[in-house]
Amino acid sequence: MSNTPILEFDAIIVGGGGAGMRAALQLAESGNKTAVLSKVFPTRSHTVSAQGGITCAIGSEDPDDDWRWHMYDTVKGSDYIGDQDAIEYMCSVGPQAVYELEHMGLPFSRTDNGRIYQRPFGGQSKDYGQGGQAARTCAAADRTGHALLHTLYQANLKAGSVFFSEWFAIDLVKNAHNAVVGVTAICMETGEVHYIKARATVLATGGAGRIFQTTTNALMNTGDGTGMSLRAGFPVQDIEMWQFHPTGIAGAGVLVTEGCRGEGGYLINRDGERFMERYAPNSKDLASRDVVSRSMVLEILEGRGVGDESDHLLLKLDHLGAETLHSRLPGITELSKTFAHVDPVKDPIPVVPTCHYMMGGLPTNVHGQGISLDKDGNDRIIEGLYAVGEAACVSVHGANRLGGNSLLDLVVFGRAAGLHITDALAEGMDSLEASDNDIDAALSRLNRWNNSSACGESIASLKKELQNCMQFNFGVFRKEEPMQESMRILSDLRERISNACLTDKSKLFNTARLEALELDNLLEIAEATAICAEGRKESRGAHARDDYQERDDENWLAHSIYDPQKKQVGKRAVNLKPRTVDPFEPTARSY
Amino acid sequence: MQVSVYRYNPEENTESRMQDFNLEIPRGKDLMVLDVLELLKEQDASVTYRRSCREGVCGSDGVNMNGRNGLACITPLSDVVKGDSLVLRPLPGLPVIRDLVVDMGQFYKQYEKIKPYLINDEPPPSQERLQSPEERSKLDGLYECILCACCTTGCPSFWWNPDKFVGPAGLLQAYRFLADSRDTATEERLAALEDPFSVFRCRGIMNCVSVCPKGLNPTRAIGHIRNMLVKRVI
Repeated sequence: MSNTPILEFDAIIVGGGGAGMRAALQLAESGNKTAVLSKVFPTRSHTVSAQGGITCAIGSEDPDDDWRWHMYDTVKGSDYIGDQDAIEYMCSVGPQAVYELEHMGLPFSRTDNGRIYQRPFGGQSKDYGQGGQAARTCAAADRTGHALLHTLYQANLKAGSVFFSEWFAIDLVKNAHNAVVGVTAICMETGEVHYIKARATVLATGGAGRIFQTTTNALMNTGDGTGMSLRAGFPVQDIEMWQFHPTGIAGAGVLVTEGCRGEGGYLINRDGERFMERYAPNSKDLASRDVVSRSMVLEILEGRGVGDESDHLLLKLDHLGAETLHSRLPGITELSKTFAHVDPVKDPIPVVPTCHYMMGGLPTNVHGQGISLDKDGNDRIIEGLYAVGEAACVSVHGANRLGGNSLLDLVVFGRAAGLHITDALAEGMDSLEASDNDIDAALSRLNRWNNSSACGESIASLKKELQNCMQFNFGVFRKEEPMQESMRILSDLRERISNACLTDKSKLFNTARLEALELDNLLEIAEATAICAEGRKESRGAHARDDYQERDDENWLAHSIYDPQKKQVGKRAVNLKPRTVDPFEPTARSY
Repeated sequence: MQVSVYRYNPEENTESRMQDFNLEIPRGKDLMVLDVLELLKEQDASVTYRRSCREGVCGSDGVNMNGRNGLACITPLSDVVKGDSLVLRPLPGLPVIRDLVVDMGQFYKQYEKIKPYLINDEPPPSQERLQSPEERSKLDGLYECILCACCTTGCPSFWWNPDKFVGPAGLLQAYRFLADSRDTATEERLAALEDPFSVFRCRGIMNCVSVCPKGLNPTRAIGHIRNMLVKRVI
């Protein structure tokens, strides 16, 4: 019998980053009883690390700019497996969502005529690829994520949203009808466990870059919502698609914004050659991230890397001058001094492609409603469950996200989910109550850790093994055999993790317990990644295979969809039917 | 290297203590203090601290290192270690929950008190509100605050009056909105700050400036607020 205390809300949002807080704001302003549950104080969420900006056709830099051009770029960037209805929605609603942020007080940088400053970013074009480089990324210096996250937190304070800061969600609670009716969660400060009952549960838990050893992601990016939803038996889509950002600081993994190249910086190899001119004659350093990262790895493999180990390249910025660096890229200047011991005003920054973003996630429609497949392979809405931001796969990013589109994704779909939930609640959305058994089921893994007895393997060492396995076998280029071997390693790790023990079982602010619970989530995502990467037998976007080097539209112009119960990968159709414009047909992709 | 860490877990012990660890630091590498904490946690999983972004932007890991507040993730050992020892304590002036984790409640309360959001009741235009680069530049050095609390917990005025003195972080944000050309609540904001405690307990000793990991200057912002308050009555 469960005697877990219950807290009740109309909607619970798990995750206090940009997407979660934008959804929360929409719900709070509509008068719904909403709470945001976040494992960190909301302004510590990883959105804070976004640098370069939020891409959106607001027509500040170019009055003729058009959201349809942005849509074209995004479809092309996705290597044609982005859903065109979702991309259409994001690009067309985008300007309104960005103006709303400005009205909330976001301190955007400005142009001389007082409008929002926009800079060029990778993969951007005018006139459907015919009009040259566009400058479409709205920026607050190189601290756009920080400015956006703080602004959203401030707006939520103003709206009176309820926050459960430093609470960790353990698992989804499902009722007898397989509908989601809230989450179990632990309050870090007291160690108390609660069932948070809600008519709508929104996963806004971000990405899981920490499945890799080196990543630009925060230490806490462990994909907790994705792990929860996989354990609940719900699918993930396109989870093999991991973006490697071209410019992580070599050795440290810390991000250096694409905005550096947008402002005129470029990459050079050991000969001082601007090598991107060879790989992408038109866009050069502002080709899509997957293209630039592959080019960099090829340069390194062909012996033109820099450093004692010839294992990185250089990002040259000194020609931009101290004034531009100080006004447009002050954060980068600071980070590169701290982590690379280099002052970019004088010397180039050592950089290497680094795991950055999870394009996959829980499949959703444009309202953020979670989708699973029925036994005939048709879409079925998961009652009560929503996902937004990096945790979701709506899918606007397909096989490769364009820089600046993640922040737009957060606010557009956080807002869309808030609007949809408000309507659904007004129409009386409700589900069958969870039984005590349902609640207990969502506490089983916590109980497993709490009751684990002394044993050999530590959580830290198991996590390192998992990260090593992913780092070496699921990088920029992938090969069949190591991927198959990894599937065996991960299956073995699952067994070992299920026998690992928690040494510290204290109640108050127990971060060891938190890391154990996070490791369960990392494992779910790592395994799904491995199985889907092995299963997608083609090269597309961020997924580049040595054994299947070409894109295969005949067989794989499709989302991969992973069934966690059968541990199998299947296919789901890509939406090629935007509502107001003609679809963009797949063509050869060059930059 | 010897690392001495403040330990406190009220579940186990009512009194705090310092625990010493001996740590091999890999040669030729200038680790950050956060790397040291992560190494300690591998040895003893019960060592407790907050951390997240590990690049100095999330503000989770403010701690006191050899007597000085700062962010563990961007403080290299070479900056802070004296002799061969490092003493790590929680940020001063706030109640300790466990080890290096402090209860930030009072700090956040002071932040919320200054109404840290744009107030402008005019109906917004269909596009963005215009702001010149000059007007926008007034927000530089203000909006970058990461709420790590290094400044406020390094301020004796806050130690004495944590419930009444807003503290440097809160006041920096108060001025961020006073300085914003788009905000229309200047009068309301100043009225809320004119009591003897909220602003005027600042004695200008600039501890806040010397510890701010983002290089911001709360003392200067407080000076601007004082000027505005004085001009308001003469």
